[in-house]
Amino acid sequence: MTAQVNQTIGATAPAAGQVTQLRVLRSEWTKLTSLRSTVWTLAAALAFTVLLGAVLSRVTANDWPHYSAASMRTFDATATSLSGMYLAQLAIGVLGVLVISGEYATGMIRATLGVVPRRLPVLWAKVAVFAVACFGLMVVANLVAFTMGQAMLSSRHLDVALSDPGVLRAVLGTALFVTGIGVLGLALGTLLRNTPAAIAVLFGVLLVLPQIVGALPQRLARIGDYLPSTSGDALMQVVRTPDLPSPAHGLIVLLAYLVVTLAAAAVLLVRRDA
Amino acid sequence: MTATERERGDHMIEARGLEKRYGDRLAVHDLSFTVRPGRVTGFLGPNGAGKSTTMRMILGLDRPTRGEVRVNGRRYRDAVAPMHEVGVLLEARAVHTGRTAAKHLLALAQTHGISRRRVDEVIDMVGLTDVARKRAGGFSLGMGQRLGIASALLGDPATLILDEPVNGLDPEGIRWIRSLLRDLAAEGRTVFLSSHLMSEMALTATHLVVVGRGRLIAETTVDEVIAGASPAAVHVRTPQSAALRDVLAGTGVTVTATAADTLEVTGRTSVEIGEAARAAGLVLHELTPMQVSLEDAFMDLTRDAVEYATIGAEVQA
Repeated sequence: MTAQVNQTIGATAPAAGQVTQLRVLRSEWTKLTSLRSTVWTLAAALAFTVLLGAVLSRVTANDWPHYSAASMRTFDATATSLSGMYLAQLAIGVLGVLVISGEYATGMIRATLGVVPRRLPVLWAKVAVFAVACFGLMVVANLVAFTMGQAMLSSRHLDVALSDPGVLRAVLGTALFVTGIGVLGLALGTLLRNTPAAIAVLFGVLLVLPQIVGALPQRLARIGDYLPSTSGDALMQVVRTPDLPSPAHGLIVLLAYLVVTLAAAAVLLVRRDA
Repeated sequence: MTATERERGDHMIEARGLEKRYGDRLAVHDLSFTVRPGRVTGFLGPNGAGKSTTMRMILGLDRPTRGEVRVNGRRYRDAVAPMHEVGVLLEARAVHTGRTAAKHLLALAQTHGISRRRVDEVIDMVGLTDVARKRAGGFSLGMGQRLGIASALLGDPATLILDEPVNGLDPEGIRWIRSLLRDLAAEGRTVFLSSHLMSEMALTATHLVVVGRGRLIAETTVDEVIAGASPAAVHVRTPQSAALRDVLAGTGVTVTATAADTLEVTGRTSVEIGEAARAAGLVLHELTPMQVSLEDAFMDLTRDAVEYATIGAEVQA
Protein backbone atom coordinates (compact mmCIF):
# COMPACT_ATOMS: atom_id res chain seq x y z
CA MET A 1 0.00 0.00 0.00
CA THR A 2 2.70 2.43 1.05
CA ALA A 3 4.87 1.70 -1.94
CA GLN A 4 1.87 2.00 -4.21
CA VAL A 5 1.03 5.41 -2.77
CA ASN A 6 4.55 6.61 -3.41
CA GLN A 7 4.35 5.52 -6.99
CA THR A 8 0.97 6.94 -7.83
CA ILE A 9 1.11 10.34 -6.22
CA GLY A 10 1.86 12.85 -8.87
CA ALA A 11 2.15 10.31 -11.64
CA THR A 12 -0.22 12.16 -13.97
CA ALA A 13 -0.76 15.45 -12.16
CA PRO A 14 -0.22 18.36 -14.54
CA ALA A 15 2.81 20.55 -14.02
CA ALA A 16 1.20 23.94 -13.79
CA GLY A 17 -2.59 23.89 -13.96
CA GLN A 18 -3.68 27.39 -13.12
CA VAL A 19 -7.18 28.56 -12.32
CA THR A 20 -8.76 30.30 -15.30
CA GLN A 21 -12.27 31.65 -15.80
CA LEU A 22 -12.83 29.11 -18.58
CA ARG A 23 -11.84 26.22 -16.31
CA VAL A 24 -14.13 27.46 -13.56
CA LEU A 25 -16.93 27.66 -16.14
CA ARG A 26 -16.33 24.02 -17.05
CA SER A 27 -16.36 23.07 -13.37
CA GLU A 28 -19.64 24.89 -12.76
CA TRP A 29 -21.18 23.20 -15.80
CA THR A 30 -20.25 19.83 -14.31
CA LYS A 31 -21.77 20.87 -11.00
CA LEU A 32 -25.01 22.10 -12.58
CA THR A 33 -25.53 19.00 -14.69
CA SER A 34 -24.52 16.45 -12.06
CA LEU A 35 -27.39 17.13 -9.67
CA ARG A 36 -30.69 15.36 -10.14
CA SER A 37 -32.55 18.34 -8.68
CA THR A 38 -31.30 20.52 -11.55
CA VAL A 39 -32.54 18.12 -14.18
CA TRP A 40 -35.93 17.73 -12.51
CA THR A 41 -36.41 21.44 -11.96
CA LEU A 42 -35.49 22.29 -15.55
CA ALA A 43 -37.87 19.57 -16.77
CA ALA A 44 -40.62 21.01 -14.55
CA ALA A 45 -40.05 24.51 -15.97
CA LEU A 46 -40.30 23.12 -19.49
CA ALA A 47 -43.48 21.18 -18.69
CA PHE A 48 -45.14 24.17 -16.95
CA THR A 49 -44.41 26.44 -19.88
CA VAL A 50 -45.75 24.08 -22.52
CA LEU A 51 -48.74 22.66 -20.66
CA LEU A 52 -50.06 25.84 -19.06
CA GLY A 53 -49.69 27.73 -22.35
CA ALA A 54 -51.58 25.04 -24.23
CA VAL A 55 -54.35 24.73 -21.63
CA LEU A 56 -54.93 28.49 -21.36
CA SER A 57 -54.98 28.82 -25.14
CA ARG A 58 -57.53 26.02 -25.39
CA VAL A 59 -59.74 27.49 -22.66
CA THR A 60 -59.57 30.92 -24.29
CA ALA A 61 -60.59 29.50 -27.67
CA ASN A 62 -63.56 27.72 -26.09
CA ASP A 63 -64.65 30.77 -24.10
CA TRP A 64 -64.10 33.36 -26.86
CA PRO A 65 -67.84 34.02 -27.63
CA HIS A 66 -68.34 35.18 -24.02
CA TYR A 67 -65.51 37.75 -24.15
CA SER A 68 -66.47 41.47 -23.92
CA ALA A 69 -65.67 43.74 -26.86
CA ALA A 70 -62.93 45.44 -24.80
CA SER A 71 -61.34 42.11 -23.87
CA MET A 72 -61.41 41.04 -27.51
CA ARG A 73 -59.69 44.27 -28.54
CA THR A 74 -56.78 43.85 -26.13
CA PHE A 75 -56.50 40.05 -26.54
CA ASP A 76 -52.87 39.01 -26.93
CA ALA A 77 -52.56 35.60 -28.61
CA THR A 78 -48.80 35.47 -28.08
CA ALA A 79 -48.89 36.31 -24.36
CA THR A 80 -51.73 33.82 -23.79
CA SER A 81 -49.72 30.97 -25.28
CA LEU A 82 -46.65 31.99 -23.24
CA SER A 83 -48.41 32.34 -19.90
CA GLY A 84 -46.80 29.16 -18.55
CA MET A 85 -44.04 31.62 -17.75
CA TYR A 86 -45.83 32.50 -14.50
CA LEU A 87 -45.14 29.02 -13.13
CA ALA A 88 -41.83 28.48 -14.91
CA GLN A 89 -40.36 31.63 -13.32
CA LEU A 90 -40.95 30.13 -9.87
CA ALA A 91 -39.22 26.84 -10.75
CA ILE A 92 -36.28 28.60 -12.40
CA GLY A 93 -36.08 31.14 -9.57
CA VAL A 94 -35.83 28.34 -6.99
CA LEU A 95 -33.19 26.60 -9.08
CA GLY A 96 -31.20 29.84 -9.28
CA VAL A 97 -31.29 30.12 -5.48
CA LEU A 98 -30.20 26.49 -5.08
CA VAL A 99 -27.24 26.83 -7.46
CA ILE A 100 -25.42 28.59 -4.63
CA SER A 101 -27.50 28.13 -1.46
CA GLY A 102 -27.23 24.35 -1.92
CA GLU A 103 -23.46 24.76 -1.58
CA TYR A 104 -23.86 26.75 1.63
CA ALA A 105 -26.32 24.20 3.04
CA THR A 106 -24.04 21.21 2.38
CA GLY A 107 -20.68 22.88 3.10
CA MET A 108 -19.60 22.44 -0.54
CA ILE A 109 -18.97 26.19 -0.72
CA ARG A 110 -15.82 25.78 1.40
CA ALA A 111 -14.44 23.27 -1.09
CA THR A 112 -15.43 25.54 -3.98
CA LEU A 113 -13.89 28.70 -2.53
CA GLY A 114 -10.95 26.70 -1.20
CA VAL A 115 -9.82 25.80 -4.71
CA VAL A 116 -10.75 29.19 -6.23
CA PRO A 117 -9.77 31.51 -3.38
CA ARG A 118 -10.27 34.64 -5.49
CA ARG A 119 -13.95 33.70 -5.36
CA LEU A 120 -15.37 36.03 -8.04
CA PRO A 121 -14.64 33.63 -10.94
CA VAL A 122 -16.99 31.21 -9.15
CA LEU A 123 -19.87 33.70 -9.05
CA TRP A 124 -19.44 34.76 -12.67
CA ALA A 125 -19.18 31.13 -13.79
CA LYS A 126 -22.31 30.16 -11.89
CA VAL A 127 -24.25 33.08 -13.40
CA ALA A 128 -23.01 32.39 -16.94
CA VAL A 129 -23.53 28.63 -16.92
CA PHE A 130 -26.93 28.86 -15.29
CA ALA A 131 -28.12 31.72 -17.52
CA VAL A 132 -27.04 29.98 -20.72
CA ALA A 133 -28.68 26.69 -19.70
CA CYS A 134 -31.93 28.41 -18.66
CA PHE A 135 -32.15 30.69 -21.66
CA GLY A 136 -31.54 27.82 -24.09
CA LEU A 137 -34.16 25.68 -22.42
CA MET A 138 -36.71 28.49 -22.11
CA VAL A 139 -36.36 29.49 -25.78
CA VAL A 140 -37.18 25.92 -26.74
CA ALA A 141 -40.01 25.73 -24.19
CA ASN A 142 -41.52 29.02 -25.37
CA LEU A 143 -41.29 28.08 -29.03
CA VAL A 144 -43.10 24.81 -28.32
CA ALA A 145 -45.67 26.54 -26.11
CA PHE A 146 -46.23 29.25 -28.72
CA THR A 147 -46.68 26.72 -31.54
CA MET A 148 -49.08 24.57 -29.53
CA GLY A 149 -50.99 27.57 -28.20
CA GLN A 150 -51.45 29.09 -31.65
CA ALA A 151 -52.71 25.74 -32.92
CA MET A 152 -55.36 25.79 -30.16
CA LEU A 153 -56.32 29.40 -30.95
CA SER A 154 -56.53 28.78 -34.68
CA SER A 155 -60.00 27.24 -34.28
CA ARG A 156 -61.24 30.82 -33.66
CA HIS A 157 -58.76 32.32 -36.15
CA LEU A 158 -57.14 34.13 -33.23
CA ASP A 159 -53.68 32.77 -33.93
CA VAL A 160 -50.64 34.83 -34.88
CA ALA A 161 -47.45 33.82 -36.64
CA LEU A 162 -43.89 33.97 -35.30
CA SER A 163 -43.08 36.32 -38.17
CA ASP A 164 -45.77 38.83 -37.15
CA PRO A 165 -44.41 42.11 -35.72
CA GLY A 166 -43.25 41.81 -32.12
CA VAL A 167 -44.04 38.09 -31.76
CA LEU A 168 -40.50 36.71 -31.93
CA ARG A 169 -39.38 39.50 -29.60
CA ALA A 170 -42.05 38.42 -27.09
CA VAL A 171 -41.04 34.74 -27.33
CA LEU A 172 -37.35 35.54 -26.75
CA GLY A 173 -38.15 38.30 -24.24
CA THR A 174 -40.16 35.88 -22.10
CA ALA A 175 -37.28 33.38 -22.11
CA LEU A 176 -34.96 36.20 -21.13
CA PHE A 177 -37.26 37.28 -18.32
CA VAL A 178 -37.50 33.79 -16.81
CA THR A 179 -33.70 33.47 -17.06
CA GLY A 180 -33.38 36.86 -15.38
CA ILE A 181 -35.57 35.69 -12.48
CA GLY A 182 -33.31 32.66 -12.13
CA VAL A 183 -30.24 34.90 -11.98
CA LEU A 184 -32.04 37.12 -9.47
CA GLY A 185 -32.57 33.98 -7.36
CA LEU A 186 -28.86 33.16 -7.67
CA ALA A 187 -27.92 36.66 -6.51
CA LEU A 188 -30.36 36.43 -3.57
CA GLY A 189 -28.98 32.99 -2.68
CA THR A 190 -25.45 34.46 -2.64
CA LEU A 191 -26.53 37.41 -0.51
CA LEU A 192 -28.60 35.42 2.02
CA ARG A 193 -26.67 32.07 1.92
CA ASN A 194 -29.85 30.34 3.04
CA THR A 195 -32.30 28.49 0.80
CA PRO A 196 -35.65 29.21 2.55
CA ALA A 197 -34.79 32.86 3.16
CA ALA A 198 -33.74 33.48 -0.44
CA ILE A 199 -36.83 31.70 -1.84
CA ALA A 200 -39.09 33.66 0.52
CA VAL A 201 -37.61 36.98 -0.62
CA LEU A 202 -37.79 36.00 -4.30
CA PHE A 203 -41.42 34.86 -4.07
CA GLY A 204 -42.25 37.94 -2.03
CA VAL A 205 -40.87 40.17 -4.78
CA LEU A 206 -42.58 38.23 -7.57
CA LEU A 207 -45.95 37.43 -5.98
CA VAL A 208 -46.60 39.65 -2.95
CA LEU A 209 -45.14 43.02 -3.97
CA PRO A 210 -47.42 43.30 -7.04
CA GLN A 211 -50.45 42.77 -4.77
CA ILE A 212 -49.30 45.48 -2.37
CA VAL A 213 -48.58 47.93 -5.18
CA GLY A 214 -51.96 47.09 -6.73
CA ALA A 215 -53.66 48.23 -3.52
CA LEU A 216 -51.95 51.63 -3.62
CA PRO A 217 -53.94 54.75 -4.59
CA GLN A 218 -54.12 55.55 -8.31
CA ARG A 219 -51.46 58.30 -8.30
CA LEU A 220 -48.88 55.82 -6.88
CA ALA A 221 -49.83 52.91 -9.14
CA ARG A 222 -46.93 53.66 -11.53
CA ILE A 223 -44.55 52.28 -8.90
CA GLY A 224 -45.65 48.94 -10.29
CA ASP A 225 -43.76 49.70 -13.52
CA TYR A 226 -40.54 49.29 -11.57
CA LEU A 227 -41.25 45.80 -10.21
CA PRO A 228 -39.50 42.79 -11.78
CA SER A 229 -42.85 41.03 -12.22
CA THR A 230 -44.08 43.90 -14.41
CA SER A 231 -40.96 43.50 -16.56
CA GLY A 232 -42.16 39.99 -17.39
CA ASP A 233 -45.57 41.21 -18.54
CA ALA A 234 -43.96 44.04 -20.48
CA LEU A 235 -41.53 41.71 -22.27
CA MET A 236 -44.28 39.17 -23.06
CA GLN A 237 -46.80 41.60 -24.58
CA VAL A 238 -47.35 42.03 -28.31
CA VAL A 239 -50.65 43.93 -28.12
CA ARG A 240 -49.78 47.13 -26.24
CA THR A 241 -52.13 48.42 -23.51
CA PRO A 242 -51.81 51.60 -21.42
CA ASP A 243 -51.58 49.44 -18.25
CA LEU A 244 -48.11 48.16 -19.06
CA PRO A 245 -44.79 49.87 -19.75
CA SER A 246 -42.94 49.18 -23.02
CA PRO A 247 -40.84 46.02 -23.50
CA ALA A 248 -37.70 48.18 -23.55
CA HIS A 249 -38.68 49.67 -20.19
CA GLY A 250 -39.29 46.16 -18.84
CA LEU A 251 -35.90 44.99 -20.04
CA ILE A 252 -34.08 47.94 -18.48
CA VAL A 253 -35.85 47.47 -15.12
CA LEU A 254 -35.02 43.75 -15.11
CA LEU A 255 -31.36 44.40 -15.95
CA ALA A 256 -31.15 47.10 -13.26
CA TYR A 257 -32.33 44.62 -10.64
CA LEU A 258 -29.75 42.09 -11.82
CA VAL A 259 -26.87 44.55 -11.90
CA VAL A 260 -27.61 45.85 -8.41
CA THR A 261 -28.18 42.45 -6.75
CA LEU A 262 -25.21 40.81 -8.51
CA ALA A 263 -22.90 43.69 -7.59
CA ALA A 264 -23.97 43.40 -3.94
CA ALA A 265 -23.55 39.60 -4.10
CA ALA A 266 -20.05 39.96 -5.57
CA VAL A 267 -18.93 42.43 -2.90
CA LEU A 268 -20.26 40.30 -0.05
CA LEU A 269 -18.94 37.04 -1.51
CA VAL A 270 -15.42 38.45 -1.50
CA ARG A 271 -15.67 40.20 1.87
CA ARG A 272 -17.44 37.66 4.04
CA ASP A 273 -15.96 34.61 5.73
CA ALA A 274 -16.99 31.43 3.93
CA MET B 1 5.23 23.27 -8.27
CA THR B 2 8.01 21.22 -9.74
CA ALA B 3 10.01 18.52 -8.00
CA THR B 4 13.09 20.70 -7.81
CA GLU B 5 11.18 23.49 -6.14
CA ARG B 6 9.88 21.00 -3.61
CA GLU B 7 13.37 19.72 -2.88
CA ARG B 8 14.56 23.25 -2.24
CA GLY B 9 12.14 23.18 0.64
CA ASP B 10 11.05 26.80 0.35
CA HIS B 11 7.39 26.07 0.88
CA MET B 12 6.08 26.54 4.38
CA ILE B 13 3.22 28.01 6.31
CA GLU B 14 4.01 31.13 8.29
CA ALA B 15 1.48 32.73 10.63
CA ARG B 16 2.38 36.12 12.08
CA GLY B 17 0.28 37.77 14.77
CA LEU B 18 -2.93 36.11 13.59
CA GLU B 19 -6.06 37.28 15.32
CA LYS B 20 -9.69 36.40 14.68
CA ARG B 21 -12.58 38.00 16.46
CA TYR B 22 -16.21 36.93 16.05
CA GLY B 23 -18.26 39.70 17.58
CA ASP B 24 -16.81 40.07 21.08
CA ARG B 25 -15.43 36.51 21.16
CA LEU B 26 -11.72 36.22 20.50
CA ALA B 27 -11.23 32.89 18.70
CA VAL B 28 -7.54 33.32 17.87
CA HIS B 29 -5.19 35.74 19.60
CA ASP B 30 -1.74 36.88 18.42
CA LEU B 31 -0.86 33.49 16.97
CA SER B 32 2.54 33.10 15.28
CA PHE B 33 4.08 29.85 14.13
CA THR B 34 5.93 28.28 11.24
CA VAL B 35 5.20 24.91 9.64
CA ARG B 36 8.17 23.54 7.72
CA PRO B 37 8.36 21.04 4.86
CA GLY B 38 9.57 17.47 5.05
CA ARG B 39 7.86 16.55 8.26
CA VAL B 40 4.45 16.04 9.76
CA THR B 41 3.51 18.91 12.03
CA GLY B 42 0.61 18.45 14.41
CA PHE B 43 -1.70 21.30 15.36
CA LEU B 44 -2.71 20.30 18.85
CA GLY B 45 -5.22 21.80 21.22
CA PRO B 46 -8.49 21.04 22.96
CA ASN B 47 -11.76 21.53 21.10
CA GLY B 48 -12.52 25.20 20.76
CA ALA B 49 -8.85 26.23 20.89
CA GLY B 50 -9.08 27.91 17.48
CA LYS B 51 -7.54 25.19 15.32
CA SER B 52 -10.26 25.11 12.65
CA THR B 53 -10.48 28.89 12.59
CA THR B 54 -6.72 29.12 12.05
CA MET B 55 -6.86 26.56 9.25
CA ARG B 56 -9.69 28.49 7.59
CA MET B 57 -7.58 31.65 7.81
CA ILE B 58 -4.61 29.87 6.19
CA LEU B 59 -6.93 29.01 3.28
CA GLY B 60 -8.40 32.47 3.01
CA LEU B 61 -11.87 31.15 3.87
CA ASP B 62 -11.93 33.39 6.95
CA ARG B 63 -10.29 36.79 6.96
CA PRO B 64 -7.99 37.48 9.93
CA THR B 65 -9.03 40.43 12.08
CA ARG B 66 -5.32 41.21 12.44
CA GLY B 67 -2.03 39.69 11.32
CA GLU B 68 -1.49 37.50 8.31
CA VAL B 69 -0.62 34.01 7.24
CA ARG B 70 1.49 33.15 4.22
CA VAL B 71 1.76 29.90 2.33
CA ASN B 72 4.90 29.54 0.24
CA GLY B 73 5.67 33.17 0.85
CA ARG B 74 2.34 34.68 -0.21
CA ARG B 75 -1.27 34.81 0.82
CA TYR B 76 -3.12 31.69 -0.32
CA ARG B 77 -5.67 33.92 -2.05
CA ASP B 78 -2.93 35.16 -4.39
CA ALA B 79 -1.83 31.67 -5.47
CA VAL B 80 -2.18 31.09 -9.23
CA ALA B 81 -2.70 27.34 -8.86
CA PRO B 82 -4.09 26.89 -5.34
CA MET B 83 -4.76 23.15 -5.64
CA HIS B 84 -1.14 22.47 -6.54
CA GLU B 85 0.11 24.52 -3.62
CA VAL B 86 -2.23 23.33 -0.89
CA GLY B 87 -4.45 20.27 -0.56
CA VAL B 88 -7.17 20.67 2.02
CA LEU B 89 -9.33 18.45 4.17
CA LEU B 90 -11.67 20.48 6.34
CA GLU B 91 -13.25 19.07 9.45
CA ALA B 92 -16.85 19.76 8.54
CA ARG B 93 -17.79 17.91 5.38
CA ALA B 94 -17.52 20.07 2.28
CA VAL B 95 -19.36 17.98 -0.32
CA HIS B 96 -22.75 18.49 -1.97
CA THR B 97 -24.79 15.52 -0.78
CA GLY B 98 -26.62 15.16 -4.09
CA ARG B 99 -23.52 14.70 -6.23
CA THR B 100 -21.53 11.50 -6.82
CA ALA B 101 -17.99 11.26 -5.48
CA ALA B 102 -16.60 11.12 -9.02
CA LYS B 103 -18.48 14.22 -10.21
CA HIS B 104 -17.55 16.09 -7.05
CA LEU B 105 -13.87 15.44 -7.65
CA LEU B 106 -14.20 16.15 -11.37
CA ALA B 107 -15.77 19.56 -10.68
CA LEU B 108 -12.91 20.45 -8.33
CA ALA B 109 -10.30 19.11 -10.77
CA GLN B 110 -11.71 21.09 -13.71
CA THR B 111 -11.04 24.43 -12.01
CA HIS B 112 -7.33 23.70 -12.50
CA GLY B 113 -7.56 21.75 -15.73
CA ILE B 114 -6.66 18.52 -13.91
CA SER B 115 -7.43 15.45 -16.01
CA ARG B 116 -10.15 12.82 -15.50
CA ARG B 117 -7.36 10.27 -15.28
CA ARG B 118 -5.98 11.95 -12.20
CA VAL B 119 -9.51 11.96 -10.71
CA ASP B 120 -9.78 8.19 -11.21
CA GLU B 121 -6.29 7.78 -9.80
CA VAL B 122 -7.03 9.54 -6.50
CA ILE B 123 -10.32 7.63 -6.22
CA ASP B 124 -8.32 4.39 -6.43
CA MET B 125 -5.70 5.67 -4.00
CA VAL B 126 -8.22 6.36 -1.24
CA GLY B 127 -10.12 3.15 -1.91
CA LEU B 128 -13.44 4.62 -3.09
CA THR B 129 -13.52 2.95 -6.52
CA ASP B 130 -16.62 0.87 -5.74
CA VAL B 131 -18.69 3.83 -4.57
CA ALA B 132 -17.36 6.56 -6.88
CA ARG B 133 -20.64 6.64 -8.88
CA LYS B 134 -22.78 6.81 -5.73
CA ARG B 135 -24.09 10.00 -4.22
CA ALA B 136 -21.88 11.41 -1.46
CA GLY B 137 -24.92 12.02 0.75
CA GLY B 138 -25.08 8.31 1.52
CA PHE B 139 -21.43 8.05 2.55
CA SER B 140 -20.38 7.05 6.07
CA LEU B 141 -18.16 9.42 8.02
CA GLY B 142 -15.12 7.33 7.10
CA MET B 143 -15.97 7.33 3.37
CA GLY B 144 -16.55 11.08 3.59
CA GLN B 145 -13.06 11.48 5.08
CA ARG B 146 -11.57 9.41 2.28
CA LEU B 147 -13.36 11.55 -0.29
CA GLY B 148 -12.00 14.66 1.43
CA ILE B 149 -8.49 13.21 1.33
CA ALA B 150 -8.95 12.39 -2.36
CA SER B 151 -9.85 16.01 -3.08
CA ALA B 152 -6.81 17.17 -1.08
CA LEU B 153 -4.50 14.97 -3.19
CA LEU B 154 -6.02 15.89 -6.58
CA GLY B 155 -3.57 18.68 -7.33
CA ASP B 156 -0.49 16.76 -6.10
CA PRO B 157 0.03 19.65 -3.65
CA ALA B 158 3.27 20.72 -1.99
CA THR B 159 1.43 21.39 1.25
CA LEU B 160 -1.36 19.43 2.91
CA ILE B 161 -3.63 20.91 5.55
CA LEU B 162 -5.93 18.43 7.24
CA ASP B 163 -8.40 19.16 10.01
CA GLU B 164 -8.88 16.09 12.25
CA PRO B 165 -8.16 13.63 9.41
CA VAL B 166 -8.57 10.44 11.46
CA ASN B 167 -12.03 11.50 12.58
CA GLY B 168 -14.51 8.75 11.74
CA LEU B 169 -11.98 6.45 10.08
CA ASP B 170 -11.90 2.78 11.01
CA PRO B 171 -8.65 1.32 12.45
CA GLU B 172 -7.46 0.21 9.00
CA GLY B 173 -8.20 3.67 7.64
CA ILE B 174 -6.36 5.33 10.51
CA ARG B 175 -3.24 3.23 9.85
CA TRP B 176 -3.51 4.02 6.16
CA ILE B 177 -3.71 7.77 6.68
CA ARG B 178 -0.81 7.75 9.14
CA SER B 179 1.49 6.04 6.69
CA LEU B 180 0.20 8.18 3.82
CA LEU B 181 0.97 11.40 5.72
CA ARG B 182 4.43 10.19 6.70
CA ASP B 183 5.14 9.23 3.09
CA LEU B 184 3.97 12.61 1.85
CA ALA B 185 6.23 14.36 4.36
CA ALA B 186 9.14 12.10 3.42
CA GLU B 187 8.70 13.30 -0.18
CA GLY B 188 9.47 16.80 1.07
CA ARG B 189 5.92 18.07 1.37
CA THR B 190 4.62 20.20 4.20
CA VAL B 191 2.03 18.28 6.20
CA PHE B 192 -0.02 20.11 8.82
CA LEU B 193 -2.79 18.30 10.61
CA SER B 194 -4.93 19.14 13.60
CA SER B 195 -6.10 16.95 16.43
CA HIS B 196 -7.30 17.33 19.98
CA LEU B 197 -5.65 14.01 20.94
CA MET B 198 -2.00 13.99 22.02
CA SER B 199 -1.90 10.21 21.65
CA GLU B 200 -2.91 10.51 18.00
CA MET B 201 -0.28 13.19 17.41
CA ALA B 202 2.44 11.04 18.96
CA LEU B 203 1.71 8.35 16.38
CA THR B 204 1.53 10.61 13.33
CA ALA B 205 3.44 13.84 13.89
CA THR B 206 6.97 14.66 14.95
CA HIS B 207 6.59 18.41 15.42
CA LEU B 208 3.84 20.22 17.26
CA VAL B 209 2.16 23.60 17.32
CA VAL B 210 0.18 23.58 20.55
CA VAL B 211 -2.67 26.04 21.11
CA GLY B 212 -5.16 26.67 23.88
CA ARG B 213 -7.95 29.25 23.92
CA GLY B 214 -6.74 30.74 20.69
CA ARG B 215 -3.20 31.39 21.90
CA LEU B 216 0.09 29.70 21.10
CA ILE B 217 1.25 27.51 23.99
CA ALA B 218 4.29 25.92 22.41
CA GLU B 219 6.09 25.18 19.17
CA THR B 220 7.82 21.96 20.07
CA THR B 221 8.35 18.30 19.17
CA VAL B 222 6.53 15.22 20.38
CA ASP B 223 9.77 13.97 21.97
CA GLU B 224 10.23 17.17 23.97
CA VAL B 225 6.70 17.03 25.31
CA ILE B 226 7.19 13.50 26.56
CA ALA B 227 10.64 14.22 28.04
CA GLY B 228 9.44 17.37 29.74
CA ALA B 229 6.50 15.76 31.48
CA SER B 230 6.65 15.57 35.29
CA PRO B 231 8.28 12.33 36.47
CA ALA B 232 6.14 9.33 37.15
CA ALA B 233 5.13 8.46 40.70
CA VAL B 234 5.39 5.01 42.32
CA HIS B 235 2.41 3.71 44.22
CA VAL B 236 3.50 1.87 47.43
CA ARG B 237 1.32 0.00 49.95
CA THR B 238 2.92 -1.00 53.26
CA PRO B 239 1.68 -1.50 56.85
CA GLN B 240 4.86 0.34 57.97
CA SER B 241 4.31 3.51 55.99
CA ALA B 242 5.79 5.88 58.61
CA ALA B 243 9.02 3.86 58.72
CA LEU B 244 9.29 3.64 54.95
CA ARG B 245 8.77 7.38 54.73
CA ASP B 246 11.84 7.97 56.91
CA VAL B 247 13.90 5.48 54.91
CA LEU B 248 13.05 7.13 51.57
CA ALA B 249 13.49 10.73 52.72
CA GLY B 250 16.17 12.61 50.80
CA THR B 251 16.74 15.41 48.33
CA GLY B 252 14.53 15.34 45.24
CA VAL B 253 12.16 12.81 46.80
CA THR B 254 8.53 13.56 47.51
CA VAL B 255 6.46 11.16 49.58
CA THR B 256 2.75 11.72 49.92
CA ALA B 257 0.47 9.58 52.08
CA THR B 258 -2.75 8.96 50.19
CA ALA B 259 -4.16 6.58 52.84
CA ALA B 260 -2.99 5.09 56.16
CA ASP B 261 -1.01 2.35 54.40
CA THR B 262 -0.46 3.95 51.00
CA LEU B 263 2.27 6.27 49.73
CA GLU B 264 2.87 8.02 46.41
CA VAL B 265 6.59 8.42 45.83
CA THR B 266 8.30 10.55 43.21
CA GLY B 267 12.04 10.88 42.76
CA ARG B 268 12.79 7.19 43.38
CA THR B 269 12.24 4.33 40.99
CA SER B 270 10.30 1.23 42.03
CA VAL B 271 13.62 -0.71 42.04
CA GLU B 272 15.21 1.76 44.46
CA ILE B 273 12.15 1.73 46.75
CA GLY B 274 12.00 -2.07 46.82
CA GLU B 275 15.68 -2.41 47.67
CA ALA B 276 15.57 0.32 50.35
CA ALA B 277 12.58 -1.41 51.98
CA ARG B 278 14.37 -4.76 51.99
CA ALA B 279 17.55 -3.21 53.50
CA ALA B 280 15.46 -1.66 56.30
CA GLY B 281 13.49 -4.89 56.82
CA LEU B 282 10.16 -3.32 55.85
CA VAL B 283 7.21 -5.24 54.36
CA LEU B 284 5.72 -4.12 51.05
CA HIS B 285 2.21 -5.19 49.95
CA GLU B 286 2.28 -3.38 46.66
CA LEU B 287 4.83 -1.57 44.52
CA THR B 288 3.43 -0.11 41.27
CA PRO B 289 5.18 2.35 38.93
CA MET B 290 2.59 4.65 37.36
CA GLN B 291 2.89 5.53 33.63
CA VAL B 292 2.93 9.13 32.46
CA SER B 293 0.36 9.08 29.74
CA LEU B 294 0.79 11.27 26.70
CA GLU B 295 -2.40 13.03 27.65
CA ASP B 296 -0.87 13.83 31.08
CA ALA B 297 2.26 15.12 29.36
CA PHE B 298 0.07 17.32 27.21
CA MET B 299 -1.90 18.54 30.22
CA ASP B 300 1.37 19.42 32.00
CA LEU B 301 2.41 21.43 28.99
CA THR B 302 -0.87 23.30 28.69
CA ARG B 303 -1.84 23.79 32.34
CA ASP B 304 -0.11 27.13 32.93
CA ALA B 305 -1.17 28.58 29.62
CA VAL B 306 -4.77 27.53 30.09
CA GLU B 307 -4.89 29.05 33.57
CA TYR B 308 -3.33 32.24 32.27
CA ALA B 309 -5.81 32.33 29.43
CA THR B 310 -8.71 31.87 31.84
CA ILE B 311 -7.58 34.83 33.93
CA GLY B 312 -7.07 36.86 30.78
CA ALA B 313 -10.58 36.08 29.60
CA GLU B 314 -12.06 37.14 32.93
CA VAL B 315 -10.20 40.42 32.89
CA GLN B 316 -11.49 41.10 29.40
CA ALA B 317 -15.06 40.26 30.38
